[in-house]
Amino acid sequence: MSSQTDGPTVTALDQLTTADDGFTVTVEPLPAAAAGCAACPVHSVHNAANLRKLGIDMTDWDFVVALAGNPNVGKSTVFNALTGLRQHTGNWPGKTVTRAEGGFEYGGHRYKLVDLPGTYSLLATSLDEEVARDFILFGQPDVTVVVVDATRLERNLNLVLQVLEITDRVVVALNLMDEARRHRLQIDHRRLARDLGVPVVPTEARRGKGLPELLQAISDVATGRIVTRPHRIKNEPPALKQAIATLTRQIEAAFPGLPNARWVALRLLDGDERIAEAVRLGELGDLSRGSAEERSQSVQSLSAKPEPVP
Amino acid sequence: MSQTAQLTGPLSTGGPAARPSQPAVTPDQILATARSLRWQVGSDYHQALMEAIYTEAARIADRAVTRPGEKPRFDLDRTIDRLVTSRVWGFPLMILLFTLVFWITISGANIPSQLLSNLLIGVVYPWLHRLADLIGLPWWLTGLLIDGVYLSTAWVVSVMLPPMAIFFPLFTLLEDFGYLPRVAFNLDNLFKKAGAHGKQALSLMMGFGCNAAGVVSTRIIDSPRERLIAILTNNFALCNGRWPLQILIATLFLGGLVAAPWAGLIAALSVVGVAVLGVLFSFAASWALSRTVLRGQPSTFSLELPPYRPPRVLQTIYTSLIDRTIIILGRAVMFAVPAGAVIWLTANVHVGGASIAEHLVRLLDPIGLLIGLNSVILVAYIVAIPANEIVIPTILMLTVLVTGMSDVGAGAGVLFELENTEDLMRVFQASGWTLLTAVNLMLFSLLHNPCSTTIYTIYKETGSRKWAAVGALLPLAIGFVVTFLVAQVWRLVAG
Repeated sequence: MSSQTDGPTVTALDQLTTADDGFTVTVEPLPAAAAGCAACPVHSVHNAANLRKLGIDMTDWDFVVALAGNPNVGKSTVFNALTGLRQHTGNWPGKTVTRAEGGFEYGGHRYKLVDLPGTYSLLATSLDEEVARDFILFGQPDVTVVVVDATRLERNLNLVLQVLEITDRVVVALNLMDEARRHRLQIDHRRLARDLGVPVVPTEARRGKGLPELLQAISDVATGRIVTRPHRIKNEPPALKQAIATLTRQIEAAFPGLPNARWVALRLLDGDERIAEAVRLGELGDLSRGSAEERSQSVQSLSAKPEPVP
Repeated sequence: MSQTAQLTGPLSTGGPAARPSQPAVTPDQILATARSLRWQVGSDYHQALMEAIYTEAARIADRAVTRPGEKPRFDLDRTIDRLVTSRVWGFPLMILLFTLVFWITISGANIPSQLLSNLLIGVVYPWLHRLADLIGLPWWLTGLLIDGVYLSTAWVVSVMLPPMAIFFPLFTLLEDFGYLPRVAFNLDNLFKKAGAHGKQALSLMMGFGCNAAGVVSTRIIDSPRERLIAILTNNFALCNGRWPLQILIATLFLGGLVAAPWAGLIAALSVVGVAVLGVLFSFAASWALSRTVLRGQPSTFSLELPPYRPPRVLQTIYTSLIDRTIIILGRAVMFAVPAGAVIWLTANVHVGGASIAEHLVRLLDPIGLLIGLNSVILVAYIVAIPANEIVIPTILMLTVLVTGMSDVGAGAGVLFELENTEDLMRVFQASGWTLLTAVNLMLFSLLHNPCSTTIYTIYKETGSRKWAAVGALLPLAIGFVVTFLVAQVWRLVAG
């Protein structure tokens, strides 16, 4: 088997420095620190010196990282590996409407990690999708990690593309690479990273493989050392394009500095009441102002509304 | 893209905040623009956007993933899927498969059913009577316990156990194999056209087992509107309490129309026809609801088709016998015991010269005739509100009581020895049953109020008396209308 996932020093990131249409990378390649004991779960997460699992200690964080992904792709495994917590991993769509939170320290920065409910989409109206969507939109995490199942790439990319419409600061964790290998699938993660315009890191979270690279990618995107160029959907029918462009211009005029005016336009055209309400109340305006702390608190009040049958 | 520049800093504290007041466009203007644009882009916007995303995801995934080796290996799952979910073959295969299941059930259930009834009614029943005489029990106690309770229980067991013992394992095998999600996949498009959620197909599938379970399973539907539609229309899925009646009446009346070799097939086809009709009514009711009281757009969802798995046959037979057959039979018997006692009492307690049952029957006769049924069937459906399973024994008991047939049994209000289908047929014919009665009974069995358990479940799931009442009365109203129309047309055509 090739060194797709095995070589801990080969990440999608350092390959991207040479990619013609990749993103600007101003970071040194990773030191080959963990090469000796990649399989050992404790040390494979880079060096003990670099990662400190903080458990539920989330005080004085510098960056907020959201974990998104389809159900059962190993999101909670990644969460547990980074925070040292033991979040229960059973996940049923529609049942999990809460977020788990934990902390870790890496490369001198403290991170708060938020595990969002697993969803297939951010477009529909179910409660779990709303919680995930609201956090990515209103909570404005500094980085959103989308964990994807490498054996079901196509289905998982639907969510990635939707996340990329909302936020630029995305890292894709290409998880379950061991299963992909067993299915004799070869995945060109570099090409994937180029197509998506964001870092793609192959991982095997169950064995801790690829997590050092994932941490580095998170830190690079969080600190702005990597500027991503996220892929945006361009193949909508022409009639839609026109409508989206018109509305996007208006939204940009009303809320200068809004990072995802186009996505807001998409949702308004779909008749999304929650987003319409946010526009009406000027909540969107807050997204370009205010501290991350405030934003995070405003999200607390959004989550887990009861859903009565009329 | 211009917005990337704004995001280079972790928190955008400067820039935008510096120019606060007087935005060029107000939020209300944006919403007004959005509203007018929504009219232009039309209702398939959501679908078009989803399609754009799916196409793009497929394109990117295709570029990144390669399978080493020459060609992709022959994929059995995909081949089967292509066949069973195909536009052309999907529905015919579905009908064929279910017809096969019912045909096996009907033709397989006959012999054990007769053996059981020979044993329970032909041997044990007279023996119990001799025992009662020996102990010297008073006649009313003997009547209540043996002629009421025991006989109705025996009937339930001998009529219901064999078809269930064949049907449920077969159905569970299909389920284990992974076929049911494909059925849901086939039905999804139709449900969407009806303004309902595609997952309603799955809760409908559950309803074919038990409507109460089907109502609970609508929890998988996220949108409250669509969930309510699924709850209210679940009763159109023929639950197992109603299968035995369908199978029995189809075998007696419709199977009897053709030569013996074809009887089983015709009976199976009629049962499938009724089940399909139920699905159609479910579509129609969903369509009507989503355009009147429960208006709204259907939401999109992804349905994962699980891999096909070879079913573990022995384990499946064992668990479906234990989990479904025995539990449902137990429920039927539990309700049959008091119902048997009540029926015996109504037949033997006399008020003003006639038994209570005779009074009821006379009272309901005009309504029964109007809708092509008879009063006995209506009384049976009142008695059977706790459990549909009890309809057949009640009808038999009351029919004999009303016709006053003396040669087939021991006396009023007693269920007796009816060893084979010819005897059954004789009872029905003597009380004036026609093909119309049989057809309308099958229709009414499909279209009437759900059992009390299901009504209570609807109340618990919706938390609303109003919706529980709608769930109970909507199918009943449809049932009256349909049977009435069928009766009128039938009488016109048949003269």
